[in-house]
Amino acid sequence: MTITNLAATNTAAAATPAARPDTVYFFGTCLVDMLYPEAGLAGMDLLRHAGVRVVFPEGQSCCGQPARNSGYVEEAREVARAQLDAFPGDIPIVVPSGSCAGMMKTHYAHLFEGDPDQPRAIAFAARIHELTAFLVNVLGVTLADKGAPVTVTWHPSCHSLREMGVGDEPKALLRQLANVTLVENSRERECCGFGGTFAVRQTAVSTAMVSDKLASVRETGAGTLLSGDCGCLMNIGGHAEKVADGTRCRHIAEFLMERCHGG
Amino acid sequence: MVADGGMPPDHGPRFAERAPDALNNPQLRRNFRRAMDGLMAKRAAQFPDPAYWAELRERGAAVKARALSRLPDLLERLESRLTANGVQVHWAETTEEANAIVLGILQQAGARTVIKGKSMVSEEMHLNAHLERHGIEAVESDLGEYIIQLAGETPSHIVMPCIHKNKDEISDLFAEKIPGLERTGDVDELTAAARRVLRERFANADAGISGVNFAVAETGTLVLIENEGNGRLSTTLPPLHIAVTGIEKVVETLDDIPPLLALLPRSATGQPITTYVNMISSPRKAGEKDGPTAVHLVLLDGGRSRVYQDVELADTLRCIRCAACMNHCPVYTRVGGHTYNAIYPGPIGKILTPQLQGLDAAGDQPHASTLCNACAEVCPVKIPIPDLLVRLRREAVRPTETPATHLPVVKDGGAERSWTESLVWAGWRLVYTRPLLYRMVTRALAWGGNWVPANAPLMRDWTKARAKPRFKPRTLHDLARERGYLNEVPK
Repeated sequence: MTITNLAATNTAAAATPAARPDTVYFFGTCLVDMLYPEAGLAGMDLLRHAGVRVVFPEGQSCCGQPARNSGYVEEAREVARAQLDAFPGDIPIVVPSGSCAGMMKTHYAHLFEGDPDQPRAIAFAARIHELTAFLVNVLGVTLADKGAPVTVTWHPSCHSLREMGVGDEPKALLRQLANVTLVENSRERECCGFGGTFAVRQTAVSTAMVSDKLASVRETGAGTLLSGDCGCLMNIGGHAEKVADGTRCRHIAEFLMERCHGG
Repeated sequence: MVADGGMPPDHGPRFAERAPDALNNPQLRRNFRRAMDGLMAKRAAQFPDPAYWAELRERGAAVKARALSRLPDLLERLESRLTANGVQVHWAETTEEANAIVLGILQQAGARTVIKGKSMVSEEMHLNAHLERHGIEAVESDLGEYIIQLAGETPSHIVMPCIHKNKDEISDLFAEKIPGLERTGDVDELTAAARRVLRERFANADAGISGVNFAVAETGTLVLIENEGNGRLSTTLPPLHIAVTGIEKVVETLDDIPPLLALLPRSATGQPITTYVNMISSPRKAGEKDGPTAVHLVLLDGGRSRVYQDVELADTLRCIRCAACMNHCPVYTRVGGHTYNAIYPGPIGKILTPQLQGLDAAGDQPHASTLCNACAEVCPVKIPIPDLLVRLRREAVRPTETPATHLPVVKDGGAERSWTESLVWAGWRLVYTRPLLYRMVTRALAWGGNWVPANAPLMRDWTKARAKPRFKPRTLHDLARERGYLNEVPK
């Protein structure tokens, strides 16, 4: 075991042992389900290595964000309701995406306003955790790096920062890895230009944004960009591939699993 | 004729069609990037302590929310207080009415020349053009406004109207437009040239027109902040002062002003306070040596009372016009203000313009956002701009079969609704609410999704700048089962 529970030895970032759950749900997200399943699996494996039992309910699909952000609120609510049904137990729900987590944590109460299911939605929202924040703040994991030296840079998603309030946690995980050098890119907090349908509705502006983002990544000299959100990765990575930039864009869970547990 | 809200009914190309012009102008992009980077850094330096910032904006938001909660009452108190102070108050439901009122006051006074302080409401009215059509010359005295007036342009930013121009462009403009001025790249010389022109205008103008930052109901005081002294000169030197403002600018008491003053200049330009804080409560009194002999206030509705009707959308009216949202907006930074083709650009404009003009004219504006939340993070009065963008997206696609007795909440509600899009989302809902169907569809995509051609609808736009996303042969649902993850919590 290279990931152990720190709660007993290090109380700095870790929650009290009492708050440490033995079982969690995993909400994979629809994007991960179809396009980045290996990132989702890595997230579940990281949790399992940290000594937590992981449950992946088959009834899950999508948080509803695509419809909500397009103005189709009723459709979003019905899909959200299906998630309330799929995660019935009163245990944490861990999400490998700041954006989907943000949708469920910060928008479900409003989405269900005037609906009999609102109390259920509020309770559900309170159980939502972003993966990296959960690993650091609740499980207090320690990681042992087995990989070769590499330099990486980090892209926080807008919703992880500004909806979920995830700050230093993912970087704290990366700093635990002895052979990983983390360099910051100049406009780390600036949006990559994905924005869901924005990328196809406002193609020109979105392209300008993602091209600036990739340029700031390139300036760092790091060959690898890590993020905790597959929407951003699909956008930045897709652009890197299109312009044959060579920057590798990966989900942090996959990167951590590969280096610490050999994938 | 100008439509309510300040835009001609023919709204021209939409945001997405206008954006490439700005994006392909490297000079413009450098100008905005540099300016916005500077403004963001200056603002950040003003709020080093997150706890203080959180407390201050809580107060700012509370002051504005409280004022809005009793808006009709405060407006009446403001009117009676101002009237008692000797200021004449006028109500305008539309920009046309506001223009007619201002013109009437000027004509009655026999005014031919006007010196103007900066006012976004007067931009909303297209006041200068209206006065010009009636033979009255209005000269802008704010340096930025003066520059764009010379250039025949509109503001590209609500606080720094000519932020889209750099020094060289202004040098060229001045050399061309100011008689007797040699081209100079020296900023001090350029400023001095503008000052020479404007000083004479201040001295000779028959009337001054200004905006208002806050109108205090308790005391009947118009608060006007500025850095160049032009606001003070415009409101004190000419014998007649006309202030124009939106009805949402009223606050209750003088005690409400300090938190707002602590927030506005810091959020706007990163200054602890502006060079001038003008507080105007009456015309010149007997025995006083200066000040206008007559002061008028024109209160413009211009669609605001409709915004006020909706409890959620009414938060829009808290805005104190600091422009922090546009300074921090990654979209605005790249395209600049003119791309929005509206009086108010950037995030606040994206929620205000569709409400003032209607969703037929501006229903695309709420989509010119990634919902990145940078605006909400810096708004000093906590307007939930991203939530309101989503709300307006919803109003734009809401079914239109509203009973005839019920006006849609936002003008032209349902204007963006299309059968194709509605069907797509209905299908999406069908699949994503039925686990078995969802798994069948995702498995089908895992098997054949990568055969979708790059020129298919949506994919065509996506692949302009990005590679096609790749469906994986096994979904996470499949992988989780294979690795033995449980489907439900064991009893």
